[in-house]
Amino acid sequence: MWQLLKIELFKIFRKPRTFISFGAIAAIILIIQLGLKFDGKSYVELMMGDISDSFEIPYAMVLNGYFVAFVILNAILIHVPLLVALVAGDSIAGEANMGTLRLVMTKPVSRTGLMLVKYFASVIYTVLLLLWMALLALLLSIFFFGTNDTIIPRNDVIEQIQKADTLWRYIAAFAFASVALSTVAALAFLLSVFAENSIGPIVATMSIVIVLTILSELKIPMYDNTVKPYLFTSHMLGWKGFFYSRIGPDHMVIPGSIENLPAILRSLGILLGYIVMFVTTAILVFRKKDILS
Amino acid sequence: MSAIIQVNGLTKYFKEAKAVDDLSFTVNEGDVYGFLGQNGAGKSTTIRMLLTLIQPTSGDINMFGMDLRTHRHKILQQVGAIIERPDLYRYLSAYENISIFARMSGLKIPKKRLMEQLELVDLANRADSKVKTFSQGMKQRLGIAIALIHDPRLIILDEPTNGLDPQGIADMRNLILDLSRNHKKTVMVSSHLLSEIEIIANRMLIIDRGKKIIEGNVQELFNPAKMIVELQTLNPAKTLETIMSTKWKSFVRSHEHDKIIFEMNKVDIPELNNELVENGVQVLQIQQRYSLEEYFLSLTKAQQYVATFEN
Repeated sequence: MWQLLKIELFKIFRKPRTFISFGAIAAIILIIQLGLKFDGKSYVELMMGDISDSFEIPYAMVLNGYFVAFVILNAILIHVPLLVALVAGDSIAGEANMGTLRLVMTKPVSRTGLMLVKYFASVIYTVLLLLWMALLALLLSIFFFGTNDTIIPRNDVIEQIQKADTLWRYIAAFAFASVALSTVAALAFLLSVFAENSIGPIVATMSIVIVLTILSELKIPMYDNTVKPYLFTSHMLGWKGFFYSRIGPDHMVIPGSIENLPAILRSLGILLGYIVMFVTTAILVFRKKDILS
Repeated sequence: MSAIIQVNGLTKYFKEAKAVDDLSFTVNEGDVYGFLGQNGAGKSTTIRMLLTLIQPTSGDINMFGMDLRTHRHKILQQVGAIIERPDLYRYLSAYENISIFARMSGLKIPKKRLMEQLELVDLANRADSKVKTFSQGMKQRLGIAIALIHDPRLIILDEPTNGLDPQGIADMRNLILDLSRNHKKTVMVSSHLLSEIEIIANRMLIIDRGKKIIEGNVQELFNPAKMIVELQTLNPAKTLETIMSTKWKSFVRSHEHDKIIFEMNKVDIPELNNELVENGVQVLQIQQRYSLEEYFLSLTKAQQYVATFEN
């Protein structure tokens, strides 16, 4: 299995298209950082909105590396599923399209083993993509903007997370985002089993994610308890929960606290459940599949 | 001589369409086994079932004395194959491709041995070139190197000469003969070209529309004593009626326009002629032919012909 996993990773990282995602993320993060470097004040005022009428916002304090990283994650994490689908959707369908799948399957490799390895390789790619994003969003922002307490605007209030209480939240958020994006990878992987070229599963994955995200965001009460809790897209932004803290009697954030940990864990459980369901279905379908490509 | 492949009652349906129909055959150790059929006859489907790419609807496949369903892993360790085109990872080099597939076979093969294998197919000087820069013939040679890298006992080649130029075809033919004679490999090779099979195979199977037409020793099947005989008469309808009411019915292979094709011994021709004349058939000519392609077509068409006539 380890040998097969190494082969899969080798194949993924020898494909030029794999690095499109890394390039795209680097480009957008640098553009955001440059924009905030030169016009950060306007952005902070805009973001704080009405709150700035009640408080004197210390602009220089707000615009620090942690805050910039939060802005970046908020802006781009929702679009990363497309980049994940590029690789996961290609894993089986791409090989079927190239014709290599039939050669692979004439080797003494079990179908279940191959599927597990291919999915794990997609997950490793997803985690590496997120690490790359973390490296650029967090470390580069800290390098450009320094560190300070993180100001998180929430409706009509702001949370001020102490500098020393911030880094673990980012690590937890990236870990959660890895699971969320691995769910998208599992969906693309499942769809990849049915197709013989990778465009279909990639487009289908994005269509499903877009439709379900719209449903998750829809403000129609009848869907609140009947549909939304069961959609994986409703739980994908659960990483934000790590930045929402409990407030003490002094109206200050309690260091190390999370406002609603059970909700985060529930979201995590649902996402993991979807992963198991998608991957198991993909394996069962592939075990019975006639390879005609 | 032990059986390397034993197939019994193999059948495959794709939805309602029957691609392979109750097919049985045996490939013995050391055979170069020709698997003949026209395009769409079911050759590739059968080969894919032997390689576990397609699941049979029914029937049994035993290879090396083991059931393919229960011993897939052990069996495939001893098989090397090319199915139709040798599609490889185009963005990787020849060396990277052969290295990947060697490792997939569960073997740790040193670089020296991989390079020797590339040398064998005359690709050592292009080891670092990406496969996307290769011609069809080079890809085919690399495919062969990959199929042989784990030193398999059985090599299955599905239409290996497709898309090759005459030199490539000759090279492939020589390679198959070399594998059989000098390396004692068992080779199963499919083709729609009878002439190819005649040159390289010692045994062969002909299928048509998924069904076995004939299986046997190539020398015996192409026995010159059994000839293709073409009969032309002035009154084809009466001729056909006469023949179908006599023992000559069993020698008829096909019937087209004013010609009736027989497969028969040369010595029986005068008797056929006499009987036709006695029955008032005006014989224009009886022509002996021996064309491999006609033989092949006569066999496959004969099945259709007999079925049509009996209906």
